[in-house]
Amino acid sequence: MTTHAADHDHHDDHGPVKGWRRWVYATNHKDIGTMYLVFALSMFFVGGAMAFVVRAELFQPGQQFVDPGFFNQMTTMHALFMIFGGVMPAFVGLANWMIPLQVGAPDMALPRMNNWSFWILPFAFTMLFSTLFMAGGAPASGWTMYPPLVLQTGNAFPFLILSVHLMGISSIMGSINVIVTIMNMRAPGMTLLKMPLFTWTWLITAYLLILAMPVLAGAVTMLLTDHYAATSFFNAGGGGDPVMFQHIFWFFGHPEVYIMILPAFGVVSEVIPTFARKKLFGYSAMVYATASIAFLSFIVWAHHMFTVGMPLSGGLFFMFATMMIAVPTGVKVFNWVATMWRGSMTFETPMLFAVAFVFLFTIGGFSGLMLAIVPADLQYHDTYFVVAHFHYVLVPGAVFGIFAAVYYWLPKWSGNLYDEKLGKIHFWMSAIFVNVTFFPQHFLGLAGMPRRIPDYATQFTDFNMISSIGAFFFGTSQLLLVYIVIKCVRGGEKASSRVWEGSHGLEWTLPSPAPYHSFETPPSID
Amino acid sequence: MSEATQKYYVPHGSHWPIVGSISLFLMAFGAGTWLNGGTLGKFMTIAGVGGILWMIFGWFGQVIGESLQGKFGEKEDGSFRMGMIWFIMSEVMFFAAFFGALFYARQLVVPWLGGEGNNFFTNLLLWTGYEAEWPTNGPGNLGGDFQTMGPTGLPLINTMLLLASSVTITIAHHALLRNDRRWLKLGLFMTFALGFIFLYFQVMEYAHAYHDLNLTMASGIYGSTFYLLTGFHGVHVTLGSIMLVVIWIRSLKGHFSPENHFGFEAVAWYWHFVDVVWLGLYIFVYIL
Repeated sequence: MTTHAADHDHHDDHGPVKGWRRWVYATNHKDIGTMYLVFALSMFFVGGAMAFVVRAELFQPGQQFVDPGFFNQMTTMHALFMIFGGVMPAFVGLANWMIPLQVGAPDMALPRMNNWSFWILPFAFTMLFSTLFMAGGAPASGWTMYPPLVLQTGNAFPFLILSVHLMGISSIMGSINVIVTIMNMRAPGMTLLKMPLFTWTWLITAYLLILAMPVLAGAVTMLLTDHYAATSFFNAGGGGDPVMFQHIFWFFGHPEVYIMILPAFGVVSEVIPTFARKKLFGYSAMVYATASIAFLSFIVWAHHMFTVGMPLSGGLFFMFATMMIAVPTGVKVFNWVATMWRGSMTFETPMLFAVAFVFLFTIGGFSGLMLAIVPADLQYHDTYFVVAHFHYVLVPGAVFGIFAAVYYWLPKWSGNLYDEKLGKIHFWMSAIFVNVTFFPQHFLGLAGMPRRIPDYATQFTDFNMISSIGAFFFGTSQLLLVYIVIKCVRGGEKASSRVWEGSHGLEWTLPSPAPYHSFETPPSID
Repeated sequence: MSEATQKYYVPHGSHWPIVGSISLFLMAFGAGTWLNGGTLGKFMTIAGVGGILWMIFGWFGQVIGESLQGKFGEKEDGSFRMGMIWFIMSEVMFFAAFFGALFYARQLVVPWLGGEGNNFFTNLLLWTGYEAEWPTNGPGNLGGDFQTMGPTGLPLINTMLLLASSVTITIAHHALLRNDRRWLKLGLFMTFALGFIFLYFQVMEYAHAYHDLNLTMASGIYGSTFYLLTGFHGVHVTLGSIMLVVIWIRSLKGHFSPENHFGFEAVAWYWHFVDVVWLGLYIFVYIL
């Protein structure tokens, strides 16, 4: 505030202000990063509770606990909470914490806007959550919001659209901040090709967000006017087309997929060199591969909708473009493996999650390649095979990336080492049960079980039971993460500034915990 | 400016973002309630809009104050510039969604409804006798027969107005660079005057379209794309004009120097963006 003008020079060395103002008026990137991470964790549990409802209902054929309408609300809300409330804010939280430390900046470039990006989210999700109690229930159309189905949503409809708008505003402001911080705030000597890969992947992610989120805003605005202002964007009678929504939505939706995975690529590219005690193999190839994936993500969207009846040439183009993504992704997987090759590896928890990421994300990638083949996709479309595919890239992909990052940097944030034994238990519980949950879904899908259905034919029972049991164990074991984090923040063995023997980068030159204000004068880069 | 160049200015806590968040929530929740027919919705929305205006005044006022106290150096200036550029880029993509809808509907959907490609039976069985043409309100003739706004008349005048406003804002910019305050103020005045005249004509155009041409939002895909594209553009002209008024008042107060005038440039960039969108609109909506 302007009244602080006179004494602002003296304030800079102080720690945080006391009480709620520290968080609500926050401009410090570390505070805001913490809030993002805590928010994301709580949304993971809300979305996880919804997944429990889904898996409980699917434990057996027939109607068990909830009516089919509510089941559909649960699948829809689970996706919205996990994508927009869990994975994306978690990565923005990591970006807030780590990017200024990795590029040697005193804070994010636009600290007040940073606060705004965060504080929109709790309100947006309160609004979205409140739709559960409205006439007609929560949105039940699937998170993809396809018309005409979504137009049948009850009172929740405008709240769904407007909460998506709020999340979009938040993401766009967050990504503007990331781009500006990286492009403008790097310490002298920190050239682009010296930046750590986490920063690099986030820079590219931020470009994707800025190019993709406004398109989603446009798509849902058209839904809103189709519903309330008699427009006919998605009404064939007026010369529009419901399929047009799918095109616009997936023009956002496919880059969105990479928005959720690229920062995880970055995390893994930091963790593996540290614990293999080798430099990352093919650093610049990694950067170019990430950029290529980002570019390709804008020209593959229609592979989500091969069955809508597009012209043959369209199907062929999108098939080949999609398969092309396997090339830069293969470069990345190769480089991770080559980094580990002949390294002196140790397997602390972050490394375990990173190695599991490489294996399990690759499984998700391969099933993605299968889905890219048009004639095959005509069989797989909207089956549990698709569910298995995207959960493999999102849970042992994006979420394991987040776990790896949390364990990797937690000592830097808190100043204490986490309980390695518990961390390893958390890893093994997660890694085993994520496979128990999702691997059988491949078989279910190939056998023809459709997704978003509360009941199924009896021959699908066994695999569904296995999947549900896996889900309950996977979800419950995440409470262990909460315990580990709280325990670590409260105390424990003090961490050195380097924390890990093999760690490299600016953030490890700071003491642990990282001081409230860091790099107020730019560090020198060797 | 001098001492601030050493240390990047990181403001201490600010209450404006939370004011903005609560206001956005009130706006969104209020609008949702309003659309559902709830009585409280209207008041919530109005309160939210009021809160946003209060935030904008307070927040921008604070930043302008900090700028005048010389807290911003080159680095901070660079952050603001890049931030504005990427904000405009996101706006470009928002318009791209609507342009995309226009092209897709015109080039693909309407011919398909008319039976092109492998859609012979779509036309024969579902939309018998529909002939693909543009403009169209679809096989259902939604909204009834209508006429389109031609490219001459009001839209042409509006094109001229916006092009002229691009010239006047450049005049103001050059005047600012050579520290000619008189032409700075005059140029800005002319620019937002042209903006407001544009808006006046657009309201006239809409009234004409609704009353005389029967071209409404409900006029099928043509009416949908026409009104959403020109409407969102109009919203941006309104915002841009208000921004121009603000920097005009600031220049009356003696703000901006030849070296330091990010606020001016941000508005100028925004205005050029609005202008370019209009040119796209004029070509693809009115002429073609």
